Amino acid sequence: MKLADLLKNPSEWVHVEGPNGKIVLSSRVRLARNLKDFAFPGWAKKPERQKALELILPVVQALPEMKECFADSMDNIAATDKQVLVERHLISREHAAKNVGSAVIVNQPETVSVMINEEDHLRMQAVKAGLQLKTVFKTIDRVDSELEEQLDFAFSPRLGYLTACPTNVGTGIRASAMLHLPALVLSDQINQVVQAVNKLGLAVRGLYGEGTEALGNYFQISNQTTLGEKELDLVDRLNKVVLQVIEHEENGRLTLLEKKPQVVYDQIGRAYGILTNAHTITSKEALNLLSMLRMGADLELMPTSARTMIDELVIMAQPAHVQKAAQRKLTAEERDVFRAELIRQRLVDLTKPKVTERPPAEESGTALA
Amino acid sequence: MLCYICKQNEATVHLAQIAEGKMQKLDLCETCAKEKGVQDVTNVSLASLLVGLGLADEAKVETTGAQCPVCGFTQSDFKKTGRLGCSACWETFESALNPLLKAMHKGERHVGKIPSRAAHTIALNDRIKDLSKDLEKAVREERYEEAAQIRDRMRELEGRLKVSGSAA
Repeated sequence: MKLADLLKNPSEWVHVEGPNGKIVLSSRVRLARNLKDFAFPGWAKKPERQKALELILPVVQALPEMKECFADSMDNIAATDKQVLVERHLISREHAAKNVGSAVIVNQPETVSVMINEEDHLRMQAVKAGLQLKTVFKTIDRVDSELEEQLDFAFSPRLGYLTACPTNVGTGIRASAMLHLPALVLSDQINQVVQAVNKLGLAVRGLYGEGTEALGNYFQISNQTTLGEKELDLVDRLNKVVLQVIEHEENGRLTLLEKKPQVVYDQIGRAYGILTNAHTITSKEALNLLSMLRMGADLELMPTSARTMIDELVIMAQPAHVQKAAQRKLTAEERDVFRAELIRQRLVDLTKPKVTERPPAEESGTALA
Repeated sequence: MLCYICKQNEATVHLAQIAEGKMQKLDLCETCAKEKGVQDVTNVSLASLLVGLGLADEAKVETTGAQCPVCGFTQSDFKKTGRLGCSACWETFESALNPLLKAMHKGERHVGKIPSRAAHTIALNDRIKDLSKDLEKAVREERYEEAAQIRDRMRELEGRLKVSGSAA
């Protein structure tokens, strides 16, 4: 499958409504694996890296999960396309910097992707809409077991799967959920929540993982430790914490509506006003406004179907996606103009938030609970 | 008694070894013992000498701890990158990594998934480890005939380990 065909449609998790989809955008689990008899990609010389790639690639492509897939060596992928893959969370930023000797394989619905020769020989991930960490883990666990039939993974009885970085050794697992937490941000509770989550040994990061800003009120919660805990126990622990954060966010929304309804309606109304009328907009502004609009859909001020459209726009508004949609090289200013136009077009049928027709606060409360 | 190798110095290191089912004794002086990698006499595992494990290599890694014999990665490379060179590095730098892992993770031992093809190997390895303990004990108690039998059993299991490894 060609990259253009893969990128034609949004990722499945974006346009499918998952469990707890109001607050949880996606669940993701990745596993790190290495071949036994090869140096890790960061240390291996080019021929050795290439040899490892030649060994791994056909095995990954033969996976039943990869029946319809895009697979290519990183040196064959244009810089913008690499960036598009990053924006879709299909490869890491580190992997986008790779060239000869590294590859990526993505299945057609973009639910399973494999990076070859990133920091480890294999980084495989599965992703699904909403909160379903266990299902996602089972998917990637199956992929891992299938690969293991053909490949000899570096494994030690004491330390488990051996990885390039000590932070991943053991299970090599990183499970994460992407949450949309506008109420916790608006009510200044987010720092408390982040600290509480950190205390439980979990990390909170921005939209694009490690070292990224929490744009658009999106937060990624993930495990930090990989040794000394069973995969399913870890997934279960993360799931419980996410459920608690969901509860805090839901309560936060109720409280905001009860105590400062004007603030909430104002934010959503302004977001609608700007997004449907702007002629130039940065990706940062777009993301923050789309976040407010999404909350409007969650609060049923707009048809809930708008949520999927908004989630698609969050991805489409990213720089490389805009560049790609324009089909020509754009300057930063041109990109902002193009982005604004794209958003206006998408939102053209979206009716404005129906605040006046809302029932009194108590009832909206029960509707949300 | 003079050293078996240099035939000059007094032999102070005495090793007992079983080869081809027969017990052999080896008497070395300090210098030659050191050259052969037998540095700390209290640490010498007769059993590992018996099954031909590279004690010299092990000793080198233990004392220098500086470079991975498989990939050439050094401890200063690790300090620079925070990443290891290959899976063998985990063994090479074990003593440096252990405190790190302890501080970093929930536990110090893997309790998660075991690759099914490794499960077989792990079972074999465990069995060999047990046998090697038995072997050491037998040698210590001077039950050499029994030790030879245990050694043969270990060789057989190691042979199987190699077969399953190459078939993989």
